[in-house]
Amino acid sequence: MAGIIGYGAYIPRNRIKVEEIAKVWGADAPSYKKGLMLEEKAVPSPDQDTITMSVESARNALKRAGIDPREIGAVYVGSESHPYAVKPSGATLAEAINAVPAVHTADLEFACKAGSEGMFIALSLVQAGAVKYALAVGADTSQGAPGDALEYSAAAGAAAFLFGKEKPIAEALETFSFTTDTPDFWRREYMHYPQHGGRFTGDPAYFKHITGSAEGIMKKSGLKPADFAYVIFHQPNGKFPFRVGEMLGFEKKQIEPGWLVNKLGNTYSGSSPLGLTATLDIAAPGDLVLMVSYGSGAGSDSFVFRVTERIEEVRDRAPRTRAQLDGNKNYIEYGVYAKYRRKIRKAE
Amino acid sequence: MQSPARSWREIPQRYRLEAAKCARCGFICFPPRLICPECGAREFGPHKLAESGKVLTYTVIRVAPQPFCDQSPYAVGIAELDDGVRLTAQIVDCDPAALKVGMRVRIEFRKVSEEGEAGVIYYGYKLVPE
Ligand SMILES: [Zn+2]
Repeated sequence: MAGIIGYGAYIPRNRIKVEEIAKVWGADAPSYKKGLMLEEKAVPSPDQDTITMSVESARNALKRAGIDPREIGAVYVGSESHPYAVKPSGATLAEAINAVPAVHTADLEFACKAGSEGMFIALSLVQAGAVKYALAVGADTSQGAPGDALEYSAAAGAAAFLFGKEKPIAEALETFSFTTDTPDFWRREYMHYPQHGGRFTGDPAYFKHITGSAEGIMKKSGLKPADFAYVIFHQPNGKFPFRVGEMLGFEKKQIEPGWLVNKLGNTYSGSSPLGLTATLDIAAPGDLVLMVSYGSGAGSDSFVFRVTERIEEVRDRAPRTRAQLDGNKNYIEYGVYAKYRRKIRKAE
Repeated sequence: MQSPARSWREIPQRYRLEAAKCARCGFICFPPRLICPECGAREFGPHKLAESGKVLTYTVIRVAPQPFCDQSPYAVGIAELDDGVRLTAQIVDCDPAALKVGMRVRIEFRKVSEEGEAGVIYYGYKLVPE
């Protein structure tokens, strides 16, 4: 059965604390920390972008899968921060992992669900028998406007998944997508920072689409919340995943292993995919795992995976996600952060 | 500053660390060569460089040339990889004051330079603490 044959995460080392951002804008750090359940977020180094993090996460996925990269027939990179407006991230990724030249590649964009979109397409191509292996990456170096609430959460990270039919570590039992036209968050061409609909990003956007997607896939697969060992929801802040979990009838302990946002921030296209990597790091054979993404605009992709015995064999062939999140951190001040993220206007 | 054409020709080395191993004496050439500098043989097999190694020597650049001004101070070093190959590269994600000869490093894929805000972005390898 088709499924995930390898997975990999990449989290940059720099972190900025909520207090450090709040200090600059005269905001009340404790209320942000409590209100959003955020403590710090990952920040890319100046020489990192969606392409470099995609390559690192894909290399980790290849280490776990142990396949010949030249047999990968499709490579998809989902991001809202592709380094070029015109020139594919996927071509550089495919070249860096040696999947070229017999490979189909495309860059995808759908706010925070571009990564799961790639997973959906990659899995479908494998199921259809069109390609032997397909790679999907969700990666972002997201930016919030200075002083905006999003600045506390917009973070950087990447997760990669290799799909195939032989020796899956997690079989894909079901997929479902839920999409409507909902203007909760957007960025027009040539604009540096996104705009959002404030409170409108909650009920008609995040909650409606995630519950619609999760209920849809559970109905389609005949499963109920108690059947799952773990569930991963998109994580724009710390609170939303727990609240939507409660609405759907999931317990905290099903959510917690894949809940990274308090220390990671919202990695946009990497968010629920990174949560899935952290969950696979600790899941046991036979466990059912539900992943539900969310992308503004708006849509949600969901997947039911069943973990196989092969997980034990491959999980330590590459660094675990929480080891990257908790180890080797470099805390930076707001000034350095502003320089790294090119928020400082310099002479031409 | 490199040209897009030169950078493109060097993709197998910059992105994938593809080297050549002498079929006669086993010497590893990076970048690949036509004639082995050790034994003069012309037959080579493919070799992919080891991903980790240790710092042999380094220097800290405090007055950087134009495109790298924003990054100073930064370190450039030579690492001896675990397959014995010596590789010169920037050492990043590390306070230059904390660098030590013998320190373990590994290779990561990074932006090496870019031609301003509108030009080509060049990618390649750098060293980071393991
Ligand atoms: Zn030789």
